[in-house]
Amino acid sequence: MPAEIEYTNLSGISGPLIFVDGINGVGYGDIVEIRDASGVLRIGQTLEVDEQRAVVQVFEGTSGLSVQGTRVTFVGRALEIPVDREMLGRVFDGLGRPIDGAPQVITDKMMNVNGLPINPWSREYPRDFIQTGISAIDGMNTLIRGQKLPIFSGSGMPHNRIAAQIARQAKILSAGEEFTVIFAAMGVKFDVARFFIDSLEESGVLTHSAIFLSLADSPSIERLVTPRSALTLAEYLAFEENMHVLVILTDMTNYCEALRELSSSRGEIPSRKGYPGYLYSDLASVYERAGRLKGGKGSITQVPILTMPSDDISHPVPDLTGYITEGQIVLERDLFNKGIYPPIAGLPSLSRLMKDGIGEGRTRKDHGQVAAQLFASYAKVKRIRALAAIVGEEELSGLDKIYLKFGTAFEEVYLSQAYEENRSIEQTLDIGWRMLSLLPRDELYRIAREDIQRYYMPQKEEDK
Amino acid sequence: MDELLTGSVIAVNGPIVKAVGLKGIGMFDIAEVGPDRLIGEVIRLAGEITIIQVYEDNTGLKPGDEVISYGRPLSVLLGPGLIANIYDGIQRPLVGISEVCGSYIRKGIKLSPLDTAKRWDFKPLVSSGTEVKEGSIVGEVQESPLVLHRVLVPPGVSGRLTRIADAGAYTIEETIFVVDTASGAFKGKLAVYWPVRKPRPNKNRKKPFVPLITGQRVIDTFFPIARGGTAAIPGGFGTGKTMTQHALAKWCNADIIVYIGCGERGNEMTDVLTDFPKLIDERNGRPLIERTVMIANTSNMPVPAREVSIYTGVTIAEYYRDMGYSVAVMADSTSRWAEALRELSSRLGDMPAEEGFPPYLGTRLAEFYERAGLVETLSGADGDITIVGAVSPPGGDFSEPVTQHTSRFVRCFWALDKTLADARHYPSISWIDSYTEYLIDIEDWWKNLDAEWLATRNEVMNILLEDHRLEQVVKLVGSDALPPSEQYILFCAEMIKNAFLQQNSFDPQDKFCSPEKQIKLLKSLLTLYKKGLERVHAGVSVKDIAALTVVSEIVRLKSEIPNQDLAKIDEYVLRLEQGLSALKPPS
Ligand SMILES: Nc1ncnc2c1ncn2[C@@H]1O[C@H](COP(=O)(O)OP(=O)(O)O)[C@@H](O)[C@H]1O
Ligand SMILES: [Mg+2]
Repeated sequence: MPAEIEYTNLSGISGPLIFVDGINGVGYGDIVEIRDASGVLRIGQTLEVDEQRAVVQVFEGTSGLSVQGTRVTFVGRALEIPVDREMLGRVFDGLGRPIDGAPQVITDKMMNVNGLPINPWSREYPRDFIQTGISAIDGMNTLIRGQKLPIFSGSGMPHNRIAAQIARQAKILSAGEEFTVIFAAMGVKFDVARFFIDSLEESGVLTHSAIFLSLADSPSIERLVTPRSALTLAEYLAFEENMHVLVILTDMTNYCEALRELSSSRGEIPSRKGYPGYLYSDLASVYERAGRLKGGKGSITQVPILTMPSDDISHPVPDLTGYITEGQIVLERDLFNKGIYPPIAGLPSLSRLMKDGIGEGRTRKDHGQVAAQLFASYAKVKRIRALAAIVGEEELSGLDKIYLKFGTAFEEVYLSQAYEENRSIEQTLDIGWRMLSLLPRDELYRIAREDIQRYYMPQKEEDK
Repeated sequence: MDELLTGSVIAVNGPIVKAVGLKGIGMFDIAEVGPDRLIGEVIRLAGEITIIQVYEDNTGLKPGDEVISYGRPLSVLLGPGLIANIYDGIQRPLVGISEVCGSYIRKGIKLSPLDTAKRWDFKPLVSSGTEVKEGSIVGEVQESPLVLHRVLVPPGVSGRLTRIADAGAYTIEETIFVVDTASGAFKGKLAVYWPVRKPRPNKNRKKPFVPLITGQRVIDTFFPIARGGTAAIPGGFGTGKTMTQHALAKWCNADIIVYIGCGERGNEMTDVLTDFPKLIDERNGRPLIERTVMIANTSNMPVPAREVSIYTGVTIAEYYRDMGYSVAVMADSTSRWAEALRELSSRLGDMPAEEGFPPYLGTRLAEFYERAGLVETLSGADGDITIVGAVSPPGGDFSEPVTQHTSRFVRCFWALDKTLADARHYPSISWIDSYTEYLIDIEDWWKNLDAEWLATRNEVMNILLEDHRLEQVVKLVGSDALPPSEQYILFCAEMIKNAFLQQNSFDPQDKFCSPEKQIKLLKSLLTLYKKGLERVHAGVSVKDIAALTVVSEIVRLKSEIPNQDLAKIDEYVLRLEQGLSALKPPS
């Protein structure tokens, strides 16, 4: 490899990009070291190269850089971070550099933050049920080891609490196996990070967690690397050290905004809402880094969190995420306003991996049908409520009124639970049957007769 | 030909590489780029400059790096061994790649798509001295227990067969036959290359007339597709595109399935890979994998290869069609292909048309779906390709360009409905927004099973349409305000939705519903409607009809009566008729 050449002076700066002219032999995607006049180091990466010019994105942002006096070195390799077990219990910035005051992790194992695509042939189809202790998830939107299941939230809603509750309660079941949490924060406030760190500490997993922070006051471009650094460590721990890794990424909307910013400073043709046309592929390169590998013991389960601008699920960020992830847990403003925790929406939430992870020998035989029936009956509640809003509740038929009762009970008893409450899957299913037993037997057309025989337990008329 | 051209990189922008020096290189030729010899394809020639799209991760590539080309077009290798195999978008074998480099796909790996060492039992079907033409069948190989692979004289070759191998075991690289052609001796092997972007020729196109039976009631009965037809499945995320395509790939009665995972999830391909070897095709008792070829260029694999993947898939389909087979192609999702096209064209600086897509989006889609069809093959047999493409509209909004263009070129449109999916009514194919243009073409086939098929189907469809109209009224005034006969329509429509339209892919009985069973179920519901309506007119209350035990039993017939035991359904219909007659109006 030719000696690293230092270039002085830039030919231009635009947003997070710098342009360097008169270069020679610079590779696409190479890492760039940038030193400003006072010698402070920043890291960048080439986005485009030709025979004269390189376009470089600067992860720490360009503020304070000037065209004159900036020195640039092309390092000739891709962005790498160290990976090691020693990184558990530590706090890093988005580029994997320690920010907890403790020394640099010493290891010779370096990995490219972009990772490599997993060969679909080498994947193991995820089917192991994770009990989160939350009925709305376990009963109706089951989380599976190796799944990527995001939380679609809105501002002010308790997505962080739900993620923290999952992290705490999921841990309990994997006693005996190595469980770790990797938490990556992109563009969120310090209190959010603090909340997670505290709750990881309370549940005793902090010493077994790694934290990557690129907070609201860090340059936005660094957010593009943060989830990749976190996932690079996750891949090492899951696939080389056989751990079960839960990766929480928050907030993916901030990540996407950073990408939009970068794209617009490159003058690219925008697609929907100004986001670049490649947002889907870019998000996939993050989300697809979850799963299990054939022959491996470990797993990466991803719970990305994103806030939907104006609670709009068709906004490009939730929309493209939903197209890639294996379902979504959607939080609903109405339930939240009613004071229900967790306000997990009954209908738009979905776990795509649920079907193969539940049932006889995994959870319980009736699980799938109970879930399908709850969804179908709750959908009917929603229709009847819409009707009641117009014609008035008194005008509803007797059956419709029973459905309304079911709907209220479903929200207040089944969905609703305390932040500390950890329900077993049996408890969740039994509560589900208690709800369904409020309905007439013939309404349970999604459930096999023998299960109705076994679990259906209508209360006497006077108790209703 | 095959002369080595060399040049060098001058610029790199993502997967788009500009090079100079490659004098004489042609459009769509393969170029190998940089020290890793990354596979690329020439997609544009601009004076001195050759523009190459690279199908592998090209980070680290620099101006000055070498580019070479043998002047051959990007091609698919067609021969025995495709079945049960899984490839990336440019037909690199994923199993082989995992053997070379483990769980992750590294760049610069070159492997033959077909096993070159494996010996196949070849049986000659003609003797030397015969005159052969393009498409003539010279022999066969049992490729899998389900697929008899016919060895064809390639398009463009004809003359006297001067040599044909004896029955025996041969590799794909050995010469199996020799044809004395006008331009010299042609050496035929078990495998041939074919340029991926060029449709394979056929004698002529025919009008499709046989339905592709999918076992999915809402499709076969209400919105059927013919063998050789085209269909689109548009729907927002989670509405059931992939599940529908999986169900079709599992249960439809095509001979060969080509499943293309184009820019979608890795685990969905793993699902196919783990499921299909275990699932048994009831018609022949063999695992479904033995008729399936898979292409997986998932969302995290290089974007340009996603663009080629659908051509790789459809070229393989044409190859089996040319052997006289009925092939079904599932492409999930064509929107990701279109986005790859958009990304590449924007890097090339093309002027975009709608939503950043290039102006040629429509043409490219049309060309793709045009490769479907029932044809007379060069050998004179019939062969067909059915293409079913998933469409993933942003925000679930069907007015976007890919859905709009696609709907112009397909004749079957299975619109997925978010509200149905939210209520877990699957398949969430809307009976209001979907359509098919094949009803008339395939009516004769169904008539052989039941002379009144189309009339029955249309009557039931009308109940659903009437229900849809009445729902608008109910939303405003509630159902109690409707006269009993209209309330009865609402009730019957609800029954049709639950007992017929809704179908559970995970239920062992319900996942596949035979055409005969579909007819019986449909007729039982029509009996409920017609006989019941008479009773309603006679003053019987809708409530009393709904309360009949046999009515709640009819909802379960789909999952309780096996396809082989249809006479049982008649018993229920009889009980239904008796039950209805016994109901008396309140006095
Ligand atoms: N026919 C079906 N039977 C049962 N469940 C289904 C069916 N179709 C879809 N689903 C459910 O919906 C989920 C999403 O379906 P999928 O086909 O993956 O959606 P899409 O490809 O449109 O995003 C599946 O994981 C499954 O739970
Ligand atoms: Mg899908």
